[in-house]
Amino acid sequence: MVQTLARSESRAKTRPALIDGDFHNELNSIKDIYPYLAKKWQTHIETHGVRGPAGGTYPRFMDHREDARPPSGRVSGSEVGWSAKDYLDPYNVAHAMCIPLTPAGRQLNFELDAALASAVNDWQINEWLDPEPRLRASIAVSTENPPAAVAEIERVAHDKRFVQVQFGGRTAEPLGRRKYWPIYEAAAKHGLHIMSHAFGSYGNPITGAGWPSYYLEDHVGPAQSAQANVVSLITEGVFDHFPTLKFVSVENGFGWIPSLMWRMDAAWSLLKSEVPHLKRKPSEYFPDHVYCTTQPVEEPHRPQQFVEMLEHFGPMVNNIVFASDYPHWDSDDPDFALPNILSEEIKAKIHYANGKNLYNL
Amino acid sequence: MIEAQVEGDRRAAIGQTVIDAAIHNEVPSTRALYPFLPDFWIEHVEQTLFKGPTDSYYPTNSPIAARPNSRPSPEEVPEPLTGRSRVAAAAGPPPASAVGVVQREVLVDGVEAGVLCSPYPIDSIHNPDAAVAFASAVNDWQIREWLDKEPRLKASIVVPIQVPDLAIREIERVASHPGFVQVALPIRTAHPLGSRIYHNLWETIARNNLVAGLQFGGVPGVPPTPTGWPSYFVEEYVDMAGVFATQVTSIVCEGVFDRSPSLKVALIEAGFTWLAPHMWRFDKEWKNLRRLVPWVRRAPSEYIREHVRLTVQPLDAPDDPKHLLQVIDQLGSDEMLMYASHFPRVHAADAEEKLIRHLPEGLARKVRSENARALYGL
Repeated sequence: MVQTLARSESRAKTRPALIDGDFHNELNSIKDIYPYLAKKWQTHIETHGVRGPAGGTYPRFMDHREDARPPSGRVSGSEVGWSAKDYLDPYNVAHAMCIPLTPAGRQLNFELDAALASAVNDWQINEWLDPEPRLRASIAVSTENPPAAVAEIERVAHDKRFVQVQFGGRTAEPLGRRKYWPIYEAAAKHGLHIMSHAFGSYGNPITGAGWPSYYLEDHVGPAQSAQANVVSLITEGVFDHFPTLKFVSVENGFGWIPSLMWRMDAAWSLLKSEVPHLKRKPSEYFPDHVYCTTQPVEEPHRPQQFVEMLEHFGPMVNNIVFASDYPHWDSDDPDFALPNILSEEIKAKIHYANGKNLYNL
Repeated sequence: MIEAQVEGDRRAAIGQTVIDAAIHNEVPSTRALYPFLPDFWIEHVEQTLFKGPTDSYYPTNSPIAARPNSRPSPEEVPEPLTGRSRVAAAAGPPPASAVGVVQREVLVDGVEAGVLCSPYPIDSIHNPDAAVAFASAVNDWQIREWLDKEPRLKASIVVPIQVPDLAIREIERVASHPGFVQVALPIRTAHPLGSRIYHNLWETIARNNLVAGLQFGGVPGVPPTPTGWPSYFVEEYVDMAGVFATQVTSIVCEGVFDRSPSLKVALIEAGFTWLAPHMWRFDKEWKNLRRLVPWVRRAPSEYIREHVRLTVQPLDAPDDPKHLLQVIDQLGSDEMLMYASHFPRVHAADAEEKLIRHLPEGLARKVRSENARALYGL
């Protein structure tokens, strides 16, 4: 009898390598990081729980793909070995950027927040980066408490498997505000990017007009919060002040980038006297400083419009990095995310070369 | 010199008729409202710190707030109030604050009609009694000082959006006046506009055959972005497109168009190049999550094409006209875009020069006049 290769093995042997800008290493429970957390904070969590800015509960059907759940029954994405077997191997993922979505960075109690961030980073080193050499990671920090964030960056930045500093999608203030500059200074010093992942909120609603009613709206909204952050970073002069710093927008889509560049340039041409510190026209900051990952990939009404959109990207086409969002419910399958109409050259850039350049792999 | 000023000349040269879908008429001074305000509020303005709303949708003295020649002569308007008046610091009467200056500067060179869209910041007045009194006064002032004097102009009803029941009452009070074709609503609000808080308001607008004109700005007191208050107005100006996008999301998701199938929404001074990518994302998420909003029976982009219209400014346009034509094609409808001067405001690009002259003849005519004519029944 002829033995056929398992589907995953056959795929891995025939496909080009992939770099994934959004791979989630998940906690099965907060207890996963207890080995890295001081006893007093374990007691605090057991007694008082974790507490962030509240508000924003939506009925929704799932967070994680059931088909990615490990045989142990733990949460999908919470076992490095299973994620490797289920995703990294079959798709020939050369490197994936871990983005841990945890309570760290979201606490109102700043001391607890800093302790959680350190615990998450030690957990990443020991349970993800050490066992799996294909992984790189994002440094969890207490974003609303910059002195603690800087200390944490200084503590772990020597480990070059950390490639970026993690922010939620909705910080307490727009990302360009001076409050966050010490974090950018520390990141720039160590050659780390700053990365903002969709959704996480430090109290602000997903719209500039209050809280919407449905999870559907919550899921359309990150494109707007990401734009507000890009506008803020550029307008405040962050990239003039930190000329090597790069901003990576994750899970916010990317179809909005051309229109935003056009709009910023038009507005700046009228109002530049308000922001005389800007050294360049806003759109000129984009190619050097603004990067985006693909998932959820744009789905124009006609495939040709995807090609048009990338034409409108101009040099920004080098700043699009593939992302799967594995193992979340809306993750993109690398085989189907990009439309067939794209040239192999463009696909290769997005699937591999752009990520290799961005993360210095 | 600001290029927008020569639009009228160019149009005259090519002999086209034009409808101006948005002219932002200002109240020159709270004194102008005295004939229409209850004594209680006149006394209040005369005797207390309160001189009327102090906020504005555009920064009063900003280089984009007033074109040259957009201010009436002092003889055309009442004396400004001193004290905490919104306009006291301005260099002369507020722009577009008398019908004469609009007749001289806008209703010329082939412009056959215009739609006034007042940016009077009723939404900043948290006292509901003051809010409705001032809204009523502004509407009565619009009837006497604008609609009675100039039949080529139509106007927008100003309402206290923060108190929907009172907004409904104000619409019912003046909607029978044939000069009112629209209800002016600020795009920035404390709650998303599709919310059930506003459902009766939407039904009132539709029942009275009015257009809902969602305009740039608003001063609801909540931050204009999902990440808080930006430092600079230029950010708020850019980020406003995101507020327009989220309001469209909300209105479609909450079934406003399902409940009021005749309703039309005009997005005023939103720009439009952001819309196609927004529709792509919205359609995609609707496919995933439509079980949450089962009353939304068609793809969101279909509702948007049927019910939503946009003025073309600020023209967030690429340099290459070919790219701009692609963006317009991506909208999937030639009935959505409308020319508007947004007088007295200043924009970076001349719509005729940068956009309309590149369009095929039929579409150009629709943008110059026919889409607005159909929307406002002109």
